[in-house]
Amino acid sequence: MAALRQIAFYGKGGIGKSTTSQNTLAAMCHYYGQKILIVGCDPKADSTRLILHEKAQSTIMQLASEAGTVEDLELEDVCKPGAGEFNPEDETITDGYIMCTESGGPEPGVGCAGRGVITAINFLEEEGAYDDELDFVSYDVLGDVVCGGFAMPIREGKAQEIYIVMSGEMMAMYAANNISKGILKYANTGGVRLAGLICNARMTDREYDLAKNLATQIGTQMIHFVPRSNHVQRAELRRMTVVEFAPNSEQAMEYRELARKIIANDLKVIPTPLEMDDLEALLMEFGLEEEVEVEAIGKRAEEA
Amino acid sequence: MGPLNLENLQKEAIAEVLESYPEKLSKNRAKHLGVDSPEESKGACDTSRSNKQTVPGVMSQRGCAYAGSKGVVWGPVKDMIHISHGPIGCGQYSRAGRRNYYIGTTGIDTFVTMNFSTDFTEKDIVFGGDKKLKKALEEIDVLFPLNNGITIQSECPIGLIGDDIHAVAKKHKSDSAKPTIAVSCEGFRGVSQSLGHHIANDMIRDEIMPDDSARKEFESTPYDVAIVGDYNIGGDAWSSRILLEEMGLRVIAQWSGDATYKEMAIAPKAKLNLLHCYRSMNYIARHMEQEFGVPWIEYNFFGPTKTTESLRKIAACFDETIQAKCEEVIAKYQPMIDAVIEKYRPKLEGKTVMLYVGGLRPRHVIGAYEDLGMEVVGTGYEFGHGDDYKRTKEEISRSTLIYDDVNEYELEAFVKKLKPDLVASGVKEKYVFQKMGLPFRQMHSWDYSGPYHGYDAFAIFAKDMDLAMNSPVWSHTKAPWDTEEKGA
Repeated sequence: MAALRQIAFYGKGGIGKSTTSQNTLAAMCHYYGQKILIVGCDPKADSTRLILHEKAQSTIMQLASEAGTVEDLELEDVCKPGAGEFNPEDETITDGYIMCTESGGPEPGVGCAGRGVITAINFLEEEGAYDDELDFVSYDVLGDVVCGGFAMPIREGKAQEIYIVMSGEMMAMYAANNISKGILKYANTGGVRLAGLICNARMTDREYDLAKNLATQIGTQMIHFVPRSNHVQRAELRRMTVVEFAPNSEQAMEYRELARKIIANDLKVIPTPLEMDDLEALLMEFGLEEEVEVEAIGKRAEEA
Repeated sequence: MGPLNLENLQKEAIAEVLESYPEKLSKNRAKHLGVDSPEESKGACDTSRSNKQTVPGVMSQRGCAYAGSKGVVWGPVKDMIHISHGPIGCGQYSRAGRRNYYIGTTGIDTFVTMNFSTDFTEKDIVFGGDKKLKKALEEIDVLFPLNNGITIQSECPIGLIGDDIHAVAKKHKSDSAKPTIAVSCEGFRGVSQSLGHHIANDMIRDEIMPDDSARKEFESTPYDVAIVGDYNIGGDAWSSRILLEEMGLRVIAQWSGDATYKEMAIAPKAKLNLLHCYRSMNYIARHMEQEFGVPWIEYNFFGPTKTTESLRKIAACFDETIQAKCEEVIAKYQPMIDAVIEKYRPKLEGKTVMLYVGGLRPRHVIGAYEDLGMEVVGTGYEFGHGDDYKRTKEEISRSTLIYDDVNEYELEAFVKKLKPDLVASGVKEKYVFQKMGLPFRQMHSWDYSGPYHGYDAFAIFAKDMDLAMNSPVWSHTKAPWDTEEKGA
């Protein structure tokens, strides 16, 4: 049996991280029989909704708060098997399965969500959640690496492969570049590597070329270009992944391909993040915007 | 030792310490160390750098902003309950250690030696502690209904997780109709406890000073004064106020040793604020001057010379009846002082002492030692500012080694070099020097003794110094095989 691989999905908020990661992981399980543990690292606790067919109500931090301390919890309390075909008991499609857990955290505006992530991951490790049977542990982390807590999954002994979900929009690329900086910081101490960009297409101009070029510049690959499809949303409304909802659809095949590439991926690099100027130059090069003269900076459209 | 020899020795001591450091550290510490004497025009007291961040890696004796607010300024206010908001350690390890004496029934109407804490755990950090704080405030009002207000003293995590303690305090204040004051004195703020004093002063300014309910019914006399910056350590404020009262003044408030909320609120009615600890309470004295027109003067009640000087200085602010009574008071105590000096001075004459205390005593106690014939050859502040060093200049009477935020290594090196007969410093230094075979007095909370303020207290001070230095125990500290001199 191959050693356990720990991977993590990062990316700008609202980019479709949770959707992409759940669909991809579902495909890894559905088509390739992988055994996976998903660790949601987002106080919203919606990283496992499509696998469970419901929002995880009992997060690690929520349960710890009710029980008094995190030491009072049992692993079974916080790890839930996926619904239907993702349940370990269900072997109709493959013997792969997905287990789900969510760190949880405070409501917006109070407390320290980052500390919640640290506490939750420490708990999972100490309780032996990462058992020998698993092929993958996948962390789904909110937004940017805003503080030490959200960098927890990329520290020593945690995720070794990071997949950044992005699109051809400037801010998504900016966030991808920032996350690369976070990875770079921990790359030498902990051995974390950037394993690829996943472009979750917004269908902006020349998005494919742009994403591919950014990937090259920061030293990695665009591992897959996931086109936009209404199937995703239709499945999501049913709290399902496309893979489960329409396994033979074109979109499911895209996730299948992405799943295959991730399983086979051996390009793991220390990223070379860009300076802000280079990032802007990249956008101009791909014709998103005419080259902006120095005197035009800060001017309105009608003034120019 | 001649004055020139002493000065050379002091300069040598600094040079040796600096030489042992890496270049960058040496450059930094050079600005905090120096020698000054009364004849010097631009000596260390004028030029010494202070109130700067401690060099990482050295053992500092400093405290934190929480210590400055909870431990020093707010903690002694006896009829208020002070919650250490955060994990349990800060509250428990700062509990009752400062010996702020007070009158009252602890747990009923006064609470100084008790520890109130919200006892944060992991879940409070993650989910925020505002709800727990609210519950703590409600529980306090049920369990201790005679409290006259609550302060919330922030520990570090509160500032990190961004809890809105001020909103919780405001809500509780309107619900309970009692003063509820949140103080953002997180320990990581600033470079020492000094910022904590300032933050605490600012909260007194914003929360207590505007409350004029007690001032409305207050009947003034022309002789009302407030003691500001006396924490009643071992009863210091009590032995001070009797002198003021004997000379005809009425002490309407003591800040904050043995103080009540109401006392603090009526202080602006004083005709004169008497400021003892300048470092920790000059901010509020200045505020009362600006806002209420109450003038303030500094005074020093350590040792009879300074006490007499201060009493005259205070009396000069009032009319002739007070001035006459002041002279009577001085005359009354003079025979007692003479007796004390007659008894102890011969045993202490010419002995040298090195001081290292907080923000006031490094200069204030010099006179008391000199009254006993002792010589202060080195002094320094843990958290003093430039104005403290300038004021120190007026107190020194010979070449004096000045060290700001001195670390454990430096102080030990200086003591070994200057070989004082007594080291007077804090509890953290105490055992280092006692194990070196050197007499030591803990000058933060008087080594379980005191009071040290005023005439009566001088007898205690003199006795303590004599006990420390002339105890026969020191003749037994030398090992039979040790042929070197003591302190060498």
